Amino acid sequence: MKTTHLLEAEQIKSGYENKTVVHGVDLIIPSHKISVIMGANACGKSTLLKTLTRLLKPLYGKATLDGTPIDQLQPKQLARILGLLPQSPIVPEGITVADLVGRGRFPHQSLLGGWTKEDTKAVAEAMDIMNVTELANRPIDELSGGQRQRVWIAMALAQQTDILFLDEPTTFLDITYQVEILDLLTDLNQQYGTTIVMVLHDINLSARYADYIFALKQGKLIAEGDPSDVITSGIVKEIFGLDCTVIKDPISDAPLVIPKGRHHVKNEMRIRSSISSE
Amino acid sequence: MSNVTILKNKQNKPYVPSNLTIVLIFSLLMLGLCVIGSLALGSRVVTMDGLIDGLFHQQVQSYEADVVRKRISRTVFSLLCGAALGVAGALMQAVTRNPIADPSILGVNMGASLFVVCGMAFWHITTAGQYIWLALAGAAVTAVFVFGIGSMGRGGATPIKLVLAGAATSAALSSLVTAIMIPRSTVMDQFRFWQVGSVGSGTWSSISLFLPFLIIGILIAVLSAPALNALALGDEAANGLGVRTGTLRFAAAMAGVLLCGAATALAGPIGFVGLLSTHVIRLLLGPDVRYIIPLSAIAGAIILTVSDITGRLIGSPGELEVGVVTAFIGAPILIILAMKSKVRSL
Repeated sequence: MKTTHLLEAEQIKSGYENKTVVHGVDLIIPSHKISVIMGANACGKSTLLKTLTRLLKPLYGKATLDGTPIDQLQPKQLARILGLLPQSPIVPEGITVADLVGRGRFPHQSLLGGWTKEDTKAVAEAMDIMNVTELANRPIDELSGGQRQRVWIAMALAQQTDILFLDEPTTFLDITYQVEILDLLTDLNQQYGTTIVMVLHDINLSARYADYIFALKQGKLIAEGDPSDVITSGIVKEIFGLDCTVIKDPISDAPLVIPKGRHHVKNEMRIRSSISSE
Repeated sequence: MSNVTILKNKQNKPYVPSNLTIVLIFSLLMLGLCVIGSLALGSRVVTMDGLIDGLFHQQVQSYEADVVRKRISRTVFSLLCGAALGVAGALMQAVTRNPIADPSILGVNMGASLFVVCGMAFWHITTAGQYIWLALAGAAVTAVFVFGIGSMGRGGATPIKLVLAGAATSAALSSLVTAIMIPRSTVMDQFRFWQVGSVGSGTWSSISLFLPFLIIGILIAVLSAPALNALALGDEAANGLGVRTGTLRFAAAMAGVLLCGAATALAGPIGFVGLLSTHVIRLLLGPDVRYIIPLSAIAGAIILTVSDITGRLIGSPGELEVGVVTAFIGAPILIILAMKSKVRSL
């Protein structure tokens, strides 16, 4: 079981050059759970994630890990506790799966130490969890999108961190692979207790797979908690400006958002929606 | 059987390039042949007996043996210079994540040239020991300048922007060099020979001057290789793995500048060696920087020495400077690489 950590954001304001994107966010990442940061485009989800993982220095406030501001930790020390899969990492030309996954071991290696048995074990285990052991000697260029994403996650797993951040791990994937990736991440969370924090675009998949949701609007945290508490027609309207009905997903009982739109709406629904939104 | 193989593979490092042994043996063999070729071939071709006398029988005094002895320092110098340029190319490609980075393409060599010619013209310096510091300063300033210009605007230091910045800087610097040189005929003579790039001037004293830079540069390169491997996955991923990307870029770029600056000071600007050696090795072994760096050193040594031998044979009874030969081989290969679509990014 992974160690419990307290990862906390205190009054974080963050952004780029003169543009503040995140306006004062306080939050605590729930340990051993899957959290999803949700919000409309350009609401500051990725910026918040980058600030929590030391990619971006906050303009104000701080992100702390077990009480220490993360930029005061040794980068390698932090990288052994907190892993990150960015949205679009670069695939070096001609790299094989095993080589790529092995690069996740960097924070565990000393300057002169070289490769150890621990490293081999971690890489084999990571490839096993993500079902890519058979692909070990294949070049990444030859793989499908879903396979590639599994390899990248295996790279992050080889890092053996207690906390794993993923920035839109399912973007550009077919629905089948989206579900596959989220299932694998859930396995990981349940078997090892890895704390997972991700930015996801799809509200319904977020509702289904998250234990905890952070809802962001224009750089402010407007709601957080259990998906069934956070994903309501009111909050969806507030975040995305979308009129919708929220029902229970028949498979999982998680909330399921059904957008209304202007066309193909049954007449009685039209009336009900105008009543309910008043 | 297959189970045993899988188990065995699991015990080993999972990603040693599969053909590492073959490539290593083949390149060492080539290196040996280069050494023999460089000692024996030239405007005067030496026989086997002469070669052996020159190398192992110090008491034998024959013309052939003397020729061989004279060629020893030149050969050693060309091997070391080639290694330095090979590693410098590998470092610059890794730092910029750009497969067509090379000291000559990025204008770093020309920056070193400008500083050296300024030294010749304004301070009347004449010795290699003085060239070397000027060349290093020129290389460093140009590297910072070109990377600075190349990373302006959207998308950071993309391959195409860096190459454009390098080419423009190179052209500007080379016209400055000419402008300084033309009114000064003595400087012109002194500079002309230096500028084409030659390893013929390699003496034991220039080798001993060169060695400390080579050792420090290669040491930094080898130590930063694992972090450069992480950097190859992008800045964000590298940060996530605990790499201090700024520090790493600075250290590795400075090691590259040290290597190519010192080589340029002593042999003149020699282009394309770093580009070529790194490409050949990456093609053979894949993208792992920990293997690319040492093998690029060997490949660079081979390429420069073969070019030197070629120059001696073509230019006989005089010789064609090695810088001309590498440019002749390198330019078409650069064009081919630039046309490949995958060249966009590493």
